[in-house]
Amino acid sequence: MKLTFKIWRQESTAVHGRFESYDLEGAGAEFTLLEALDKLNDQLVSTGKEPVAFDSDCREGICGSCGVTVDGQPHGPVANTPSCRQHLRSFPDGSTVVLEPFRSGAFPVVKDLAVDRSGLDRIIEGGGYVSLAAGTAADADAHPVSHDTAEAALDFAACIGCGACVAACPNGSANLFTGAKLMHLSLLPTTAVERGSRADGMVEAMDEEFGPCSVFGECVQVCPAGIPLTAIAGLNKEKLRAVLRGRGK
Amino acid sequence: MTISSTATTTDAPLTLDDLRTLGEPIAGGQPTGDPAEAWADRKLHYKLVSPLNRRKFTVIVVGTGLAGAACAAALGEQGYNVHSFTFHDSPRRAHSVAAQGGINAARARQVDNDSLARFVKDTVKGGDFRAREADCWRLAEESVRVIDHLDAIGAPFAREYGGQLATRSFGGVQVSRTYYTRGQTGQQLQTAASQALLRQVAAGTVTLHTRSEMLDLIVKDGVASGIVVRDLISGEIWSQTGHAVVLATGGYGNAFFKSTLAKNSNVSAAFRAHRRGALFASPSFLQFHPTALPLGSDWQSKTILMSESLRNDGRIWVPVAPGDPRAANDIPEAERDYYLERRYPAFGNLAPRDVASRAARDEIEAGRGVGPLQNSVYLDFRDPLARIGRTVIEERYGNLFEMYADATGESPFEVPMRIAPGAHFAMGGLWSDYDLMTSIPGLFVGGEAGWAYHGANRLGANSLLSANVDGWFTLPASIPNYLAPLLGTPALPADDMAVIRTVAETEGAVQALAASPGTQGPDRFHRRLGEILYARCGVSRSAAGLSEGIRLIRELRADFQRDLRVAGTAAGFNQELERAGRVADFIDLGELMCLDALDRDESCGAHFRVEHQLADGEAARDDDNWAFVSAWERRPDGRYRRHAEPLTFESVRPQTRNYKTS
Repeated sequence: MKLTFKIWRQESTAVHGRFESYDLEGAGAEFTLLEALDKLNDQLVSTGKEPVAFDSDCREGICGSCGVTVDGQPHGPVANTPSCRQHLRSFPDGSTVVLEPFRSGAFPVVKDLAVDRSGLDRIIEGGGYVSLAAGTAADADAHPVSHDTAEAALDFAACIGCGACVAACPNGSANLFTGAKLMHLSLLPTTAVERGSRADGMVEAMDEEFGPCSVFGECVQVCPAGIPLTAIAGLNKEKLRAVLRGRGK
Repeated sequence: MTISSTATTTDAPLTLDDLRTLGEPIAGGQPTGDPAEAWADRKLHYKLVSPLNRRKFTVIVVGTGLAGAACAAALGEQGYNVHSFTFHDSPRRAHSVAAQGGINAARARQVDNDSLARFVKDTVKGGDFRAREADCWRLAEESVRVIDHLDAIGAPFAREYGGQLATRSFGGVQVSRTYYTRGQTGQQLQTAASQALLRQVAAGTVTLHTRSEMLDLIVKDGVASGIVVRDLISGEIWSQTGHAVVLATGGYGNAFFKSTLAKNSNVSAAFRAHRRGALFASPSFLQFHPTALPLGSDWQSKTILMSESLRNDGRIWVPVAPGDPRAANDIPEAERDYYLERRYPAFGNLAPRDVASRAARDEIEAGRGVGPLQNSVYLDFRDPLARIGRTVIEERYGNLFEMYADATGESPFEVPMRIAPGAHFAMGGLWSDYDLMTSIPGLFVGGEAGWAYHGANRLGANSLLSANVDGWFTLPASIPNYLAPLLGTPALPADDMAVIRTVAETEGAVQALAASPGTQGPDRFHRRLGEILYARCGVSRSAAGLSEGIRLIRELRADFQRDLRVAGTAAGFNQELERAGRVADFIDLGELMCLDALDRDESCGAHFRVEHQLADGEAARDDDNWAFVSAWERRPDGRYRRHAEPLTFESVRPQTRNYKTS
């Protein structure tokens, strides 16, 4: 099939970018979007042009490295699917596909389609961890966790940290990301003692770089890990709980 | 003739003596006596650094996957001054996330007769007696508290309805010792480890450098003293010195281009340490995973892994008749060959990976392969779906089925999956002694970048285990032992000649690469290398094929040097430049893999030489001549010298691996 890609090209964070169009021929409907970019880059390099920079790693939807905005939609046309698992079969033969980086003030463009998502790591640094040193843990079988609780924790822990939720939000909010981590950890028994300080610390770090929740729920429509909207309700609950019960609980 | 300078295109067949010389034996330094007591004995004798002195030591940890993040976090927790490096944009990304099925631990809580000794037996036997036995004992012993630790720091392990940790079985094992979180165990452990690392970043003990790639090792008077790094965003090349350097930089299966690995996984950090003198162990021991997705098109970027855990319930088969044109569901039971169950009744579909991969290759080569390109076999869930129902299957494998359906457009609930062997895990890696120190003092290695546990074939769910044990428990004990006598010695100053010279050499090499004047990008050469390696150094190997492989790789290197084009400049973000440097190392590694495979004149584990097979087609190991690990020394002129570390077995008697009856 033949596609025209209209792609955002930007040399670095410091300079302005622009769209450029490229024709890609000989791609198949079974190609993933990123395989199409691989082929396009091969074509660009062999004709003396500069390839399009984009982040990707595992190519199976688990690492969270990839993420481009496709026709205005973070990750691409298929909902809840990362860019590496979007396929060309979603696009009519001969169509034009617009590719941009994830769009958010909190994600400065590094180059072309690659952005800086380190703000998400700074939210984790705010308290998204368990303060427990190697070797000091108690026997994991000594504290039973119900099957359903473990499964629920995993539903939230499934976040791959791609940042699509932030890119989808008109406010550039990281509430879904932060809420998922708070819910994941507060469901597990070994992490309960830090619950209050964790909620305080993570929300404070989040508010420094990201916008407030827009209440639109666009984040859950793009999330490749299927994090449920209850993560945001959970975030509000954890915040309130920290206020009522104090940081140390 | 040299191994790796410019290529020769002479038609004269290569002989081993042209290619390598033999060096002295080397020793692993494990405690003598009962290997079951080795780790306790060694820890008792390790020197310690008192808490107040720890911040005086700088430790550099390269890589933030499971082994690297864990090691950096654990050393930071102890109070050392740690610098942690990753080429990713975040420490949560590492390829460790892709491990799906689980992590083994010999906790032996069930009554299925598991024990530390049985774990060691399974691991040593699974590795076809080419691992260091004492290291396997350490792995078994530490596996118990690894689960406790990971559970406590936030990995939501699957639980039984009574609240206890759930387990399942993996290949090459007849007990249930694999702990898991659905099909995303690696991701959950990596998330927990990266959180622990970020906790230390917040505490100020660890300085994290993201998008920073190690390009060289600084060696001063034979001792590892720092690294040279390229800031991938600004392009700046700078150095970090320290008292010890840890490489936890993962495996090299991407030499095959199409593999189960993440696209950015590479051998460069390890290989550049190798160029600086670190011995490289068993480079040809590369595992082909039997349950990878088959290739569909030229531009398919990888052979996505389908977890081995699927073999707990899925049944592998091919049609009895070669070229059977019918759809899988139309082939009656009597015309299906469940060949693993037939050939290996005791282990059935859970035969070890090397055995399962070779059996699949046998069927495909005999014309019984399935799918449009006849390059795969079926993995069928029809029977378990009928037996235990869709809900249970979904809970066990839901995300794997989804991933498969997404990649192929077929639902495993409706039709059998199609799978094929794909390049996967590197059992080989930088040689290290029992303390995980390489042949360069001060340079340590952890996780898949090292070599010691898996011999010639890794058992499923032992990779997450070895990365975690190295990172959380072994390196944080063995590195202080190395540091303790250095108290009072400052790290190498940044203006030392060794630092300035190594930085200048790196800058020169990067500039030269960036100025490559050819016409083809690095991926073109990488794809060619992968094709050569799959054909010559793949699931089965022959002397003639390997010699030809070396010749072809030399031709490839010459083409690379002549016709490489690196778009853009060395200043700033340049992924082509990153790839070009990695491909150059893969080419040299590829030649070394062929050399190692040619040199090792036996079959063992994943290394199958067609000249050495038993009457029934199984691998013929040669313990009289090859009961050692090959550790390759790269001479300054690029020629190779092979050293040998003899392997002895005290607790597991070497035997022919038998998965048919026991």
